[in-house]
Amino acid sequence: MRNALDIVWLIPLLPLAGFLINGLGRKYLSKPLIGFIGCGVLLASFIISIWVFMQVKGGNTHTAHYFNFISVDKLVIPFAFQIDALSSLFLLIITGVGFLIHVYSTSYMHEETQEHFGRYFAYLNLFIFSMLLLVMGANYLIMFIGWEGVGLCSYLLIGYWFKNNEYNTAANKAFIMNRIGDLGFLIALFWLIFKTGTLNYGDIFTSLGNLNQSDATIITLLLFVGAAGKSAQIPLYTWLPDAMAGPTPVSALIHAATMVTAGVYMIARSNALYSLAPISMNVIAIIGLATAVLAATIALKQNDIKKVLAYSTVSQLGYMFLGLGVGAYSFAVFHVMTHAFFKALLFLAAGSVIHAMGGEQDIRKMGGLSKKIKITYITFLIGCIAIAGIPPFSGFFSKDAILLSVYENNKILYAIALLGAALTAFYMFRLLFITFTGQFRGTEEQKHHLHESPAAMTIPLILLAVLSIIGGLVGIPDVLMQGGDKLSEFLSPVIPIKTSEVVHSTELSLMALSTVLVIIAMIIAWIRFRKYSYSESKGLGKVLENKWYVDELYEKLIINPLNKLGVFLNSIFERKVVDGLVNGVGKLVNYGSRQLRLIQSGQVGNYVLLMVLSMLLIFVLQFFLRK
Amino acid sequence: MPINYYIFLSLALFCIGIAGVLTRRNAIIIFMCIELMLNAVNLLLVAFSKMHHLKNAAINATAGTDGQLFVFFIMVVAAAEVSVGLAIIVMMYRNIHSVDVNFLNRLKH
Repeated sequence: MRNALDIVWLIPLLPLAGFLINGLGRKYLSKPLIGFIGCGVLLASFIISIWVFMQVKGGNTHTAHYFNFISVDKLVIPFAFQIDALSSLFLLIITGVGFLIHVYSTSYMHEETQEHFGRYFAYLNLFIFSMLLLVMGANYLIMFIGWEGVGLCSYLLIGYWFKNNEYNTAANKAFIMNRIGDLGFLIALFWLIFKTGTLNYGDIFTSLGNLNQSDATIITLLLFVGAAGKSAQIPLYTWLPDAMAGPTPVSALIHAATMVTAGVYMIARSNALYSLAPISMNVIAIIGLATAVLAATIALKQNDIKKVLAYSTVSQLGYMFLGLGVGAYSFAVFHVMTHAFFKALLFLAAGSVIHAMGGEQDIRKMGGLSKKIKITYITFLIGCIAIAGIPPFSGFFSKDAILLSVYENNKILYAIALLGAALTAFYMFRLLFITFTGQFRGTEEQKHHLHESPAAMTIPLILLAVLSIIGGLVGIPDVLMQGGDKLSEFLSPVIPIKTSEVVHSTELSLMALSTVLVIIAMIIAWIRFRKYSYSESKGLGKVLENKWYVDELYEKLIINPLNKLGVFLNSIFERKVVDGLVNGVGKLVNYGSRQLRLIQSGQVGNYVLLMVLSMLLIFVLQFFLRK
Repeated sequence: MPINYYIFLSLALFCIGIAGVLTRRNAIIIFMCIELMLNAVNLLLVAFSKMHHLKNAAINATAGTDGQLFVFFIMVVAAAEVSVGLAIIVMMYRNIHSVDVNFLNRLKH
């Protein structure tokens, strides 16, 4: 049998082929065929990924060099893939969860016309391709190509229904916000080239001695700016909730398998760099925590089922960054994995709810759905329990691992993070109870329309639900099972294992504390929202419902001044200065030539006089210049 | 005779020529002034070649003769030029019944 590592290039190539076939043939291929190609290429990639995963299990790091992408003087950037524990884990998440989302999409998008159906799957495949490139690259440049690719694809998919102008605006917002972050990333890359002369992971991480601490701090902070843009951290998080404009499976894809996890991947990949820069680590931890809590508070009051999930993603990403910031890289990656399972599950289940409600997304008009759509309800419940972090569901293990690392690092951060965890449980169960329990609040027509989704949608839900339940078992902390933390062990070639120094009894009581808090939050949610009826919120509630007015703040502080500047530049600078300069040159030449024309009088005497004078001038000049 | 005398003479002739060209309006007089300038230069050339000959005759018996020869050529060319110029003036008189150059401003158009 050939070595799987020889055919890793097939993993990204297959989705690219799918993109090309579906994109170019969208007018000729039938919808089932498009769906089959779209899902088939991903399934194939997934199978290869599993095979590759098996091969790297022993701690192998494999670099596949294909050709030199850039070769200028001493700077050589190869087009190469690096397959190690970290990237193979991400490959599994991306292709696996991505595949389920593709399958789900075939049913969810069945009302689209053939051409748009093809376009949709082409974009999805391209999205997966970019993300695969991002995680497989053996240097920062390949990562950057994928990084830009996912930015582009998110733009295309958020603006998928391009006839709606609001959706286009949301797509623009996502793209522009990402560009801000990308700029930071790009500057970091230039800085790295300037200081180390290479972008290869291997070369950089083995020769870190060349970097002094201030350089490392600047590079890592700039990289973090990129990560904050891509992974929706303060202050660049506002695009993610607006990204709900795209079809629901796209949201699932952006939130779970691709895109937002890129920032976490990048920092986990650069962990050696970050370990050199404690200041950056603190910045990341604080911003991560602030994002986690801020997004959680906003999620408390949102009434759009997808918006709540979007803010919960922002919040969970905040936890991942908190984990990265305290040096618990492997736990952050662990949380990426479990989050991919339960967030994909939650989004797809939400899609199923929206499907059942005939496109309605407002939870105020839902209620009592649990009897009508049982599978969706149960899977959504599992997702909620997983994200809330109740043992033994997956979210518990990853979140608790992060919380424990935070506790070791800083008690105050821990207390705030714990509060955020309770908030998470509260808003998720609020969503669950408002949507699925109590009385139905929609129209009669919607009530008749209510139905369970077809198998192509429920099967991915069930699979993801199973993963959400058992996904955490790969990272059981030592205190519960000796040697249970298989994931950190697996990642140890890339991310050094961090041993916990907390006493076992403390660790156990911390676990119990967080679990009890979560359960209390659940019960409060149950009491308050079991029989929900909407009432106008006031005071703080109103502020939360309006997302702390952050969008308005950005509008006032950044967008309006920029617009004003644009108007100023257009009306004053462009019209007066630039146009004035250009027209002025023309006018000057015109005027000058009109004056100069008078010299041509036609009088021979004048010509001769001028000739003599100029000759005299030449003599005089020569006389003086010779001196 | 020192060379200076020749230089000042030809300079005076040249300046008279220039003054004439600039101030007179009659085409024939202007023409004569141009000839005057030309001959001032010829005179200078001959004078310098004579000086050159006196200085270097010991080394080279033919030194400076090329300058003398040059002047003849210039005279020949000047004669040809005069014939063309006079022909133009005659044509001008036939057309506008005047040899005043101030009427001759059609070059402008």
